Formats: sequence, C-alpha cells, structure tokens
Amino acid sequence: MLPDLSRDEILRYSRHLLIPEVGLEGQKKLLASSVLVIGTGGLGSPVALYLAAAGVGRIGLVDFDVVESSNLQRQVLHGTSGVGKLKVESARSRLLDLNPEIQVEIFNEPFTSANAMQIAKDYDVLVDGTDNFPTRYLTNDVCVLLGKPNVYGSIYRFDGQASVFYAKQGPCYRCLFPEPPPPGLVPSCAEGGVLGVLPGTIGTIQATEALKLLLGIGSTLVGRLLLYNALDMTFEFVKLKKNPNCKVCGPNPEVTELIDYDAFCGVPGRDHEEGSAGMEWDITAPELAARIRNGEKIRLIDVREPHERSISSLPGEELIPLGQLASRLHELNSAQEMVLFCKSGVRSSRALELLVSAGFKRVKNLKGGINAWAREVDPSLPIY
Amino acid sequence: MPTIRIPTPLRSYVDGQSEVALQGSTVADAMESLMLQFPALRSQLTNSQGELRPFVNLFLRENNIRDMQGLATPLEENDQLLLIPSVAGG
Repeated sequence: MLPDLSRDEILRYSRHLLIPEVGLEGQKKLLASSVLVIGTGGLGSPVALYLAAAGVGRIGLVDFDVVESSNLQRQVLHGTSGVGKLKVESARSRLLDLNPEIQVEIFNEPFTSANAMQIAKDYDVLVDGTDNFPTRYLTNDVCVLLGKPNVYGSIYRFDGQASVFYAKQGPCYRCLFPEPPPPGLVPSCAEGGVLGVLPGTIGTIQATEALKLLLGIGSTLVGRLLLYNALDMTFEFVKLKKNPNCKVCGPNPEVTELIDYDAFCGVPGRDHEEGSAGMEWDITAPELAARIRNGEKIRLIDVREPHERSISSLPGEELIPLGQLASRLHELNSAQEMVLFCKSGVRSSRALELLVSAGFKRVKNLKGGINAWAREVDPSLPIY
Repeated sequence: MPTIRIPTPLRSYVDGQSEVALQGSTVADAMESLMLQFPALRSQLTNSQGELRPFVNLFLRENNIRDMQGLATPLEENDQLLLIPSVAGG
C-alpha cells in the first residue's frame, strides 16, 4: 500500500488527479518513485524542474561543474545569483523551492565507472542529460547492466534526438551506435553552439517519457528515435531494433562490467587540458604575441566558421574553416611557419592533426584559442 | 535520383547543404557518389579499409539499412536516405 496524499498534496497535484491515466493512484506512484538525472545542464534543467513539479518523490542529480554565465542562455534551472556555485547545489535549492515535499539527492562528482553503479542502483529510471560520448556510453551500460530504462536526449544547434533505451523491452544506445564517432568529428555545443530553447524541447520530452515509464502508461519511445529540427520545425521518427551483435545487450555480450569509457571513445582523460594539442605542438598566446612583435613571419590560420569572426579576430589572420581544410591544403605552404587557432583550441587541435598527417611540420596550435589571446594578450577582445 | 539528408554537424563537409543528390541504385553506390563529390567526408565516414564506420547510421523509409540488406539495399528513384549522427550535446 502506497501512502495516502495529504490535503496539501491533493491540492498541489489536483491537475494530475483529474487525469484518469494518472489519478490518485498514479500520483502515489510518482511520489514513491525515483529518477536519477545525469547532468544538470541544458537537458537536465527542464527534466529536473518538471519531474520535481510532477512530484517524483526522489530525484538524484549528478554534476561536478559550477554555474557559469554562459550556461544561463539555456540552463533554466540555474539563475544569475547562482553563478560560481556548484550546479548541484544551485539545482537543489531551485527544485526544493518548486516542491519542498520531494527529496533531492546530490552527487557533486563526475559520473564514472568507479561510482556509477553505486549511485544508480537505487533509482527507478535514469535520464541521460550529459554532454559527452564517454558518459553517454557509461550511462547506457549502467542501465543495461542494472536492467533500468535510459531516457535519452541529445542536442546540437537546431537538432535534437530523443529515445528510451531499455534493453529489457527493446534496443539500447549501443544497438544504434555500436561505437562513437572519431573524436572531434561531431563538435560539442561549446564549440558549435546550440539554440537555447532546444534543450527545453528535448528535455521536456525526456521528462514526459520518464513520467510515463514511472506511471506505466502510454507508448514510450522504446524502439523509436525521435529526430527534431527546430529550424524546419519537423518531428520525424525512425524505427530502432535490437542489434543481435550488440556488445552489451546482445545474446553474447562482451561487456559484462563497466569499462574505461574515455579510452573507448578515444578521448583524453579528464585531466587532459582541453584546447591543447600536446606540449610540443602548442604555442601560448603571450609566446605568439612576442614572436609577432619580433617581426617573425607567421601565418595565422583561423579554422573557425566565418560568422565567428564578427565576434573576435586576430590582425592578419586568414580564414579556412575546419570543414574546408582538407580540400584547401594547396593554399598552404609547408615551408612557412603557421599557427592555427579557433575559439578555445579544440578545433585547431583537430586541424593540426590533419595538417601533421598531411606532412606539415612547421605548424602550431594556439593553446586555448582566441579566448586565451583575449585573456592574456588583448583584453579588448571579448571572450565567448 | 535518390538523395541523402545531411545532419547539421556534418554540413560543413558538404558546403553547408542539407540535402545532396546521389547516383547509384544501391546504398553502397550512393554513398560512394557522396564521398566522390565531397572527399573530405571520406576520412570521417570510412575506416582505413574504406568501409563505412559503425557510427554511420543510414535510414531508409524509417528503417536502419542494417535491418534491411545493409549496403546492398536497393534504392529507388525518389528515395531519401537519412544519415543519423551520434550527437553528444546536452
């Protein structure tokens, strides 16, 4: 027997109690249920807000970041007064203000192979609101190994995807994506940008699916992938089937315990400095400034997209967007010294790899990108 | 002729186009014609043996070509292939 609702709860949830598919019994179920939200950023924000408002009795939040002002364009869980605070703390106070009757458990740590099973085991449903491939594969494998549903969403610019990966009933994330793309092929939102409201659309779909799973109502996205494009305002669905060769949920699984997901995705570990191509290939902003002042002839190649130049640019730079670099190698001279740069050093590190593999040797990566130049050399430039 | 829809993250490799016309009567031929038109895509979509990498998910009429006849799946005149990328943003 689930506990009865108090008078206050009956009033708070009255709009749910009026829906026959939810009703008093459904609301009791929600209050007795639990969801782990991994990531409290763009997707995690609407997910956690709506689950708290709906009266999901116990919500876990995993994040290790602090709130930054560049988060606020889309991460509606946090506010300006929260900048500089831990995201999980900022999130908890907002959720408890929205609904003080629920329990909010916080995990101020990265979700890793070492802690994931322990954190996840006591939750009914996991929601994937992470922003990187290693944590997405980890979340999937945790769900498969623990037999829990993984409510998936991901976003880029104007495009969103959502599904429910639940190996007990259908395919898992690895059935669709057996392996990650090569590092750097698919830019992150920090590099490529995202329309602020996009995670709102996808996150509320994830929250909807989580509530349906907890209530046991409707048809979920198990076996279907939703593809949303905000620019064209299209919603499309494709069918997903279980992959008989799936390494984690197939009949002969190779993955029977959690693995090293950074290695699996070919990305450097968490202690790797983002925006660095490795010591011997990096040049710092002050170093580059000094060499230019000394009159050295260095070609500055900007590998960003054309529209980013109106935000900030370096004197004398030449633009060759990363996507065009492979087909414009003939414009470069391997005898001449070059420095590649982008916003923060991620794309230019990738560009550097491409040039080095094409035989270029006199090439460097501006460590930390034009944002580092703005911080360390020319404070008149904005940081974005 | 058949077409392929290019997802936003890969559009910088195809001059920003959202849809590209393809030649060929099978998925394999059509993908080859895509990579001939845009050579920079080849290293992204194929491995060192020239095979499409497993993260490249192609869908035809709502179905994954893996669940049809794979790369040998025949294409009709007005078919549209969907290339569904792994996207990690959140």
